[in-house]
Amino acid sequence: MADFETPKFREYPTVPLIKQDAMTGGGPFVSRAEFDTDLGYPGELPEDWKEKTLEKMGDLLGRYRSLQVFMDSCIKCGACTDKCHYFIGTQDPKNMPVARQDLMRKVYRRYFTFAGKYFPKLVGAVDLTEDVLDEWYNYYHQCSQCRRCAVFCPMGIDTAEITMAAREILANVGKAQKYSNQIIQKVYKIGNNLGLPGKALKGILEDLEEEMEDECGVPVKFNMDEVGCEALLMTPSADFFAEPHIDGLIGYGKVLHELGITWTVSSKASEAANFGLFIGSYDNIQRVSMRIREAAIELKVKRIIFGECGHAWRVAYNFLNTLAGPFDFLDQNYPIPQHILEVTYGALQEGKLRMNKAENDHMTMTFHDSCNIARASRMGDTPGGQFDIPRAVIEASCNNYVDMDADTIKDATFCCGGGGGLLTDDLMELRVKGALPRMEAYKQVTEESGVTNIAAICAICKSQFTKMLPYYGFEMDAIVSIHQLVSEAIVMTGSMQEKELDGVEEEPEAESED
Amino acid sequence: MSAFYALLFTVAFLVLIIGLTKKIIQYSRVPAPLKIPVTPAPLTKGGVAIRLAKEAILFTALFRSNKWTWLFGWMFHMSLFIVLLNHLRFFIKDVPLPLVLLQNVGEYAAFTMFIGLTGLLVRRIFVARVKYISSPSDYLWLILLMIIGLTGIVMRFISHTDIIAVKEFSLGLLIFDWQALPTDFPLMVHLFLVAILMILLPFSKLLHIPGLFFAPTRNQVDNPREKRHIAPWAAELDAEKNKVQPK
Repeated sequence: MADFETPKFREYPTVPLIKQDAMTGGGPFVSRAEFDTDLGYPGELPEDWKEKTLEKMGDLLGRYRSLQVFMDSCIKCGACTDKCHYFIGTQDPKNMPVARQDLMRKVYRRYFTFAGKYFPKLVGAVDLTEDVLDEWYNYYHQCSQCRRCAVFCPMGIDTAEITMAAREILANVGKAQKYSNQIIQKVYKIGNNLGLPGKALKGILEDLEEEMEDECGVPVKFNMDEVGCEALLMTPSADFFAEPHIDGLIGYGKVLHELGITWTVSSKASEAANFGLFIGSYDNIQRVSMRIREAAIELKVKRIIFGECGHAWRVAYNFLNTLAGPFDFLDQNYPIPQHILEVTYGALQEGKLRMNKAENDHMTMTFHDSCNIARASRMGDTPGGQFDIPRAVIEASCNNYVDMDADTIKDATFCCGGGGGLLTDDLMELRVKGALPRMEAYKQVTEESGVTNIAAICAICKSQFTKMLPYYGFEMDAIVSIHQLVSEAIVMTGSMQEKELDGVEEEPEAESED
Repeated sequence: MSAFYALLFTVAFLVLIIGLTKKIIQYSRVPAPLKIPVTPAPLTKGGVAIRLAKEAILFTALFRSNKWTWLFGWMFHMSLFIVLLNHLRFFIKDVPLPLVLLQNVGEYAAFTMFIGLTGLLVRRIFVARVKYISSPSDYLWLILLMIIGLTGIVMRFISHTDIIAVKEFSLGLLIFDWQALPTDFPLMVHLFLVAILMILLPFSKLLHIPGLFFAPTRNQVDNPREKRHIAPWAAELDAEKNKVQPK
């Protein structure tokens, strides 16, 4: 593994000084031709790479208003310069959002604007060379597309849009990233990011059913490919596989069981995440999304419910209707698609779930807002529901909850450090350094408020924190799913937990609430 | 000399209007294929109008981001706005009362404008992060605006220009009836740089003026589940795709 030091916690988290070229290098592993061709990319640098690059850039400028406007409208005010977690953690000035954008803007100015064509030095325009492409590859894979800079930009410039365009351009000249492309290929071939075949998935789900029966005495179903259920559950494949993800899946199962909502997963579309977003490819985002439509039709469901996954929810909430809609064959009385937290929150509001919060008394919780949910989606009917609903569900599941510093939560939340296609071991140094701001905010609440655990609602955040927490001196299992808390606290009708609670003669309802 | 300036301003005006219009047409024609508002975002068009107005008038995001940059930036832009309003009197024969009243406070706006610009320039030179991202043109814009402000201050408070004659010149410009322009040095510099600014605006970062309103991150309504959003080129893809339909 690469040789680097975990950043030290800073006594006063101020704006760091710039350290030129701190993160130069070759970037993550470049994709192999076999992963690329399936996705519609050449797989190697073509001879006319320069023309191809500019042609693709022109194409994207004509297709995405965001890219065209953002290339022009930056005033270099510096508002974003201290907002990126990767800049804070690495101090490399090219990780300042504006500098990252400028890597492309310099080329845009040179070939697409009057000023850059005739006065390149004056406006900082540069010629397109292979070195420029390599620099793009390196630094556009040090952006997790978390949109924190966009919140603070007076012009609303979202670096994520530029990163996506850059990656799409790079892929078209044979410089795609291995991690993302390999995963998308697995989705097409097997059905999910982990490459978990249907048979193995079925086995896992059956084991879960048995486990539930043993633990709760209630037949909680975990269906796969069951035709005629009410809902299709789309959840990240990590939920089928590892801690703490799978504890969240158990939570969804219990909630849906208690509400009498029959549900199934699809072996063909056994993945909520859409890595097409990371590589900025409209075609691939759409192709991945279309599986959901197909599965919903095949399994004859009435609703689509999404599990805890940040980028998946962005694509589901904002893009699914556009890419794979219209969904006029689903029940229009429910939001399409719906987030599992919206289901649980709604049921809690209506008093349909009995919660025994004391089950989680050994923990004091805080909540990490996942970037793509916080700044690129919504839950519920009001703006900001994506902040309030997860917190309301946590507070309905446990007695001790504390927010982290206001500058690091809600729409100012820091990325976990592994989003946007960067959750790969060949970027470990970047991931560790990028996690610094979140780890500092977490450390503060552990010291000042006795916080013991941090909840998240994104498979990437959960995986990233599992790895990062030990680097910063915390236990790796401090990270939990929200529906893991729900799972612990929920008292299902007819369950052993219910009998246990109600069987006690004195104060039967003391620790529960509707 | 007067003819040169008259010609210069006619050209500058045309370049500004045509260049800006072309850019605005470009921005409106390039589709926004996906819903990408930065959330929390308004749920209605009215809400979006308020969001954009707050950004354009109060610089809300910048205020959240950096108080010093906001202070100098906002001071400069608001002062410039008042200064521009004040200059309307050069193009209206009988100056209406509101403009007459504005004159009393308005003439000091040049000073706050200059202070704001100085603050921004100092920040650009001395804050390492901002210096790193600056090109020569970024400094030159600030200096150009500072000289325009300074020459204005000189003409108003130190070495007065015959503004009656200037007004005749500017009113004449509107109807292509070119009048003589006083030839004071500050006025020559002032007007020359204003014309340069008008000509360069559509080719420069001053495009942030229309750009602000065209950012899909701020001007989109947050309603993707309720209303299907589909851009022209994406709609074509959509029709081509043989979408599975329920039986």
